[in-house]
Amino acid sequence: MLKVEVKKRLGAFTLDAAFEGAEQGITVLFGPSGAGKSSVLAAVAGALKPDAGRIALNGDPLFDSQARIDIPMERRRIGWVFQDARLFPHLSVEGNLRFGLKRAPAGERPIGFDEVIAVLGIGRLLERRPRDLSGGERQRVGLGRALLSQPRLLLMDEPLAALDAPRRHEILPFFEALKTRFGVPVLYVTHSLAEAVRLGDRMVVMRDGKVAAEGPVSEIVLRPDLMPAGAGGQIGAALDGEVAGHEGLLSTIRVGGWDFRVPRLDRRPGAAVRLYVLARDVMLALEPPRRISARNVLEGEITGIESEDRRVLVRVAHAGRELIATLTPDAVEDLGLRSGLKVWAVVKSVAIDGLNGGLLKALED
Amino acid sequence: MSLTPEEWQALATSLAVAGRALLFALPLAVLTAWLLARPRLPGRFALNALAHVPLVLPPVVVGYALLLLFGIKGPIGHWLFQTLHIRLAFTGAGAALAAGVMAFPLMVRALRLAFEAIDPGLDVAARSLGAGPLDRFLHVSLPLAAPGVAAAAIVGFAACLGEFGAVITFAANVPGETQTLPLAIYAALQTPGGDAAALKLSLLSFAIALVALALSEVLARRAQTLAGR
Repeated sequence: MLKVEVKKRLGAFTLDAAFEGAEQGITVLFGPSGAGKSSVLAAVAGALKPDAGRIALNGDPLFDSQARIDIPMERRRIGWVFQDARLFPHLSVEGNLRFGLKRAPAGERPIGFDEVIAVLGIGRLLERRPRDLSGGERQRVGLGRALLSQPRLLLMDEPLAALDAPRRHEILPFFEALKTRFGVPVLYVTHSLAEAVRLGDRMVVMRDGKVAAEGPVSEIVLRPDLMPAGAGGQIGAALDGEVAGHEGLLSTIRVGGWDFRVPRLDRRPGAAVRLYVLARDVMLALEPPRRISARNVLEGEITGIESEDRRVLVRVAHAGRELIATLTPDAVEDLGLRSGLKVWAVVKSVAIDGLNGGLLKALED
Repeated sequence: MSLTPEEWQALATSLAVAGRALLFALPLAVLTAWLLARPRLPGRFALNALAHVPLVLPPVVVGYALLLLFGIKGPIGHWLFQTLHIRLAFTGAGAALAAGVMAFPLMVRALRLAFEAIDPGLDVAARSLGAGPLDRFLHVSLPLAAPGVAAAAIVGFAACLGEFGAVITFAANVPGETQTLPLAIYAALQTPGGDAAALKLSLLSFAIALVALALSEVLARRAQTLAGR
């Protein structure tokens, strides 16, 4: 597990961040540009020396200002995927991929060359030079090169920012494969809520060089105060579920005690999927609505009501899962909504991975 | 146009002197340029100034300074003679030393530009992949600077062929040993009726320059491919 506690003055900017990374899966460092995300990443990699603090990975100190420990970057065994890929132009794709592999300790190479090129689909590129690759291919090769260096942690610095939307959709599934295939924990920097929601397991929100909040993605995205300005319409609930079955043109996704019906999904029953339900797509009713076009009507209990300037956020929970709805203040008053009340949530639409552009598209619109 | 044995000898001496000069000066120039391309190197200003001294001094002064240092009574020359029985002043090796020292700043300039043109992000990438400093120099910086190394070698070779003042001061004008083409042309001009020989040797120098230029084009292209550009 990654533990970070760093202080660093950079001109007028002060970085003072402390957080923990997830043991497994992807930890998203989320925040606007200039929040200090990339500086944190550089400090973890060893490219930026903090003025004070401690960085430890799986209990091994990488940096400790008090104990005067500062392991050089080349011995940290932390992979780094750059926004601009940074492939070596004088080497072929294969030469690039093997660069880190050759330098990894011989006894510790669990991540195999053949497996990586198969998962990333870069087998037919091996002979090529980096200049002959497309942006998306470069990113995949950069990811493969970092993976093959057998890292204990993988850093990804806005790896999709330099790509256009279609390329981004092309790459995302490969990032998701990281979690299931290679088991290397990832620290992922982004300012895109869509990427954070789609990929993240744990989320660390940064603002002005400090950590504003950290926790599971599904909890963080429910907090409007943590969302970037202008993303008000994107607040919603990230729900992890699994495919329960298919029926005609519909699939059922089970999330705790809730069953969501969505257009047929090309995934095996039992497969894990993440849903994102925008708060503005949820309506509440005091009785089970009948003869209604919406396919998803879910029973739950109000767990919290928060007023923002011209809207009210209402949380509805059932069996440990939570949805969020934005309502007008007079609707809340008319219905007499309060905590503990039983309601039916009518969900107009569900964004889901692997469907019509999925989450990203829904959040980018 | 036929050459006399003496003229062949001057040509051979020139090529030998330039070749030996490159042999020691090019690697040193690569190392110096690589160091100078690192912005945070301590003593960078002093190293830069030292590397450029031969460019700003009159060549005769450089030759004289070499005599003072590497002459048989000079501190380095004395030591070399006592311990290794090597004599540099007034020898072919000395001519190579003088020519190499004069060509050194020119090579450093070409190489430094090449090293500075390398994206520093690639060095960071190599570090993150576990490569130490020497490893990165050999496997990232040097291959990426290959076009610059080729250019520096050509410039340096040409400068060595043409060097006059420092060579004649430090190594004298000994036919078959230190008499390179420019020195042979000078000697011919000093001889009554030597105009024809001087012209012939000058044309020969011109021909060598053309060959060197053509070669540099080919080399530069090869190096560009090697560096992946």
